[in-house]
Amino acid sequence: MKFQRYINQHTNQITLVTAILIGLGLLGKMINSDMIYTVSFIAASIISAVPIVLRAVSALRFKTISIELLVSIAVIGAFIIGEYNESAIVTFLFLFGTFLEDKTLAKTRHSIKDLTEMAPTTALVIDDDGKTEKTDVDFVDVDDVVLVKAGGQIPVDGEIVDGSGHINEASITGESKLVTKKAGDQVFSGTILDNGTVKVRATKVGDDTTFGKIVELVEDAQDTKSPAEKFIDKFATYYTPAVLIIALIVGLITKDFRLAITVLVLGCPGALVIGAPVSNVAGIGNGAKNGVLIKGGEVMNTFANVDTLVFDKTGTLTEGKTAVTTIKDYSNDQLGLQIAAAVEKQSDHPLAQAVVSFTNAHQIDFDSVKVTDANTVKGRGVKANADTHQVLIGNLRMMNDEQVDLTTIQHRDLENIQNQGSSTVIVAFDGQVQAIFGISDVIRQGVKESLAQLKSLGIKKTVMLTGDNLQTANAVAKQIGIDEVHAELLPEQKVDYVKKYQQEGHKVAFVGDGINDSPSLVTADIGIAMGSGTDVAVETSDVVLMSSGFNELIHAYGLSKKTVMNTKENIIIAIGTVAALLVGLILGFIYMASGMFVHEASILVVIFNAMRLINYRPKMPKLDADQLSVNEYDLSLKQ
Amino acid sequence: MSKAILQLDALSCPSCMQKIKGALEKQDGVENVKVLFNAAKVKTDFDGDKISADKLSDTVTDLGYEVQSMKVK
Repeated sequence: MKFQRYINQHTNQITLVTAILIGLGLLGKMINSDMIYTVSFIAASIISAVPIVLRAVSALRFKTISIELLVSIAVIGAFIIGEYNESAIVTFLFLFGTFLEDKTLAKTRHSIKDLTEMAPTTALVIDDDGKTEKTDVDFVDVDDVVLVKAGGQIPVDGEIVDGSGHINEASITGESKLVTKKAGDQVFSGTILDNGTVKVRATKVGDDTTFGKIVELVEDAQDTKSPAEKFIDKFATYYTPAVLIIALIVGLITKDFRLAITVLVLGCPGALVIGAPVSNVAGIGNGAKNGVLIKGGEVMNTFANVDTLVFDKTGTLTEGKTAVTTIKDYSNDQLGLQIAAAVEKQSDHPLAQAVVSFTNAHQIDFDSVKVTDANTVKGRGVKANADTHQVLIGNLRMMNDEQVDLTTIQHRDLENIQNQGSSTVIVAFDGQVQAIFGISDVIRQGVKESLAQLKSLGIKKTVMLTGDNLQTANAVAKQIGIDEVHAELLPEQKVDYVKKYQQEGHKVAFVGDGINDSPSLVTADIGIAMGSGTDVAVETSDVVLMSSGFNELIHAYGLSKKTVMNTKENIIIAIGTVAALLVGLILGFIYMASGMFVHEASILVVIFNAMRLINYRPKMPKLDADQLSVNEYDLSLKQ
Repeated sequence: MSKAILQLDALSCPSCMQKIKGALEKQDGVENVKVLFNAAKVKTDFDGDKISADKLSDTVTDLGYEVQSMKVK
């Protein structure tokens, strides 16, 4: 055991010594010294065979016929028949190939290593006397208060109890924009305090933190095999022994020992075994770096085949709150807005709240307006007195009831706003209409372009399911260009729709915020959570979009397509190599050493191919100016 | 039952996983061995009364794999 460990640790040196000996041997051949030539190659063969034979034996102890075993038998065979140069070169190429494999494999695993290395290691815990002590994060308990200084890393999930600062949450959300946090706000382990000083009370520590969960999830995901990998693993368990038997049969039939051991080397399934996993590791790593958590190769595979995207409306397509999106102000000096806000402030109706927050956002002062006798008129609106004015705020029916007439322009404006799918609120006083508000669901930025982009990547159908009323749903659907809309649904009815599409033969991905649509997330072939890393979402979904953006959705879908494609390329390269080698053997221009060379080269080719995934980024849609300014309504719309 | 997480040097051959898993599972008091190939981590539950954490680490080291660090909870 000690010996094996020593050899394991010094494999690189052994490889180097072998290389030198082979060089020496070739030199001996040049100066026609048979002695130097033979001795060097014998020494090289023996030294380099040791680690390979050891690995073959230890695998055999666990009843596994490994590639090392094939190589060992071939090399020992070559040695016995006196082909020292072949045995030396084959073992050297095998060791050197393994060395390069390790180096390049490390690159494909890099993204995940970066992630785990971002994990905090120490925390400054504040004790009861107010003194701080540097503690290993593993020993920080829930409810401990920790101090974080500028430039430091937040070591726990928790709540700021004192202080404020700007925080870079890239490790959680993938977005490196600084976020301002103050007392009472939630902070996450692994994020970095760019400036300021905060004291944080821990609510979750260690592996329970969001960051800890992400790391665990990604580590597990990399080892969760895709169907292709599972197939190849199974294939390899039969393939490798089969090569051994084939070589034996070839040897017995042709009585050509040299041919038999050449078959052993050529039959090695090297690139095949490594091709599929390496693509997945690189793909999942890319996702983790870009705020997209994909739970393993199987998910990657299914997601790439998805053709139907079903969205829950609220919290995914829309931001889940209503806001004023259009305003027509016919009054002087924004008086209409001031009075509207003052009256609506009395109400907790969502439309009223939208009006108030709109005026607040635009810093329209309405504190001086005195409101008295506010009365709700059911199904119509509200009546009130504000200062000296008799105010009516409500729908068209209310205006008709109270004999307030709209001018032609006002009628046209009202119709326009309604046609956009917005709810309307009319403000009138002194017998005249003063303002009309258009209020609707705030659609997330760039949804329309993103949906179009997803279609160009291979999605056939987009569907919106919502518990909201049909009119609102249709209005949203019209603006974002979605294919199908089903409104006024209960959560279980959403599940029924998902099942219906599946029965029609579609592969369905459900995109939800993870709050009340877990059943649909689980039922769909792929559940995608757009929640900002809520625990439930992370656990029940297959794909988690950390910063909840549509860009991540495009990234995730594009990435899974690319990864599956990459896996296929690698399998083709691997099988092609073995086939080409066999043809070469039959035609008589491939021997043991050249065969081993081609093998090792093909392994590097599949790794390099997978490495292209590390930097994959899909083309993102450009936002048009209208959508960017959705909340930035100009108050200069007076007419 | 305690839980141990061992961080190893990078693993390169998938058969290493089998070896490590097999060797640990043979030990009395060890359950649920999970070897994460790409992360080069071993996660396992063990009964502290029957086997010590150091013994776990030694078992892996004896197979020829360097243990970089170990966490026990």
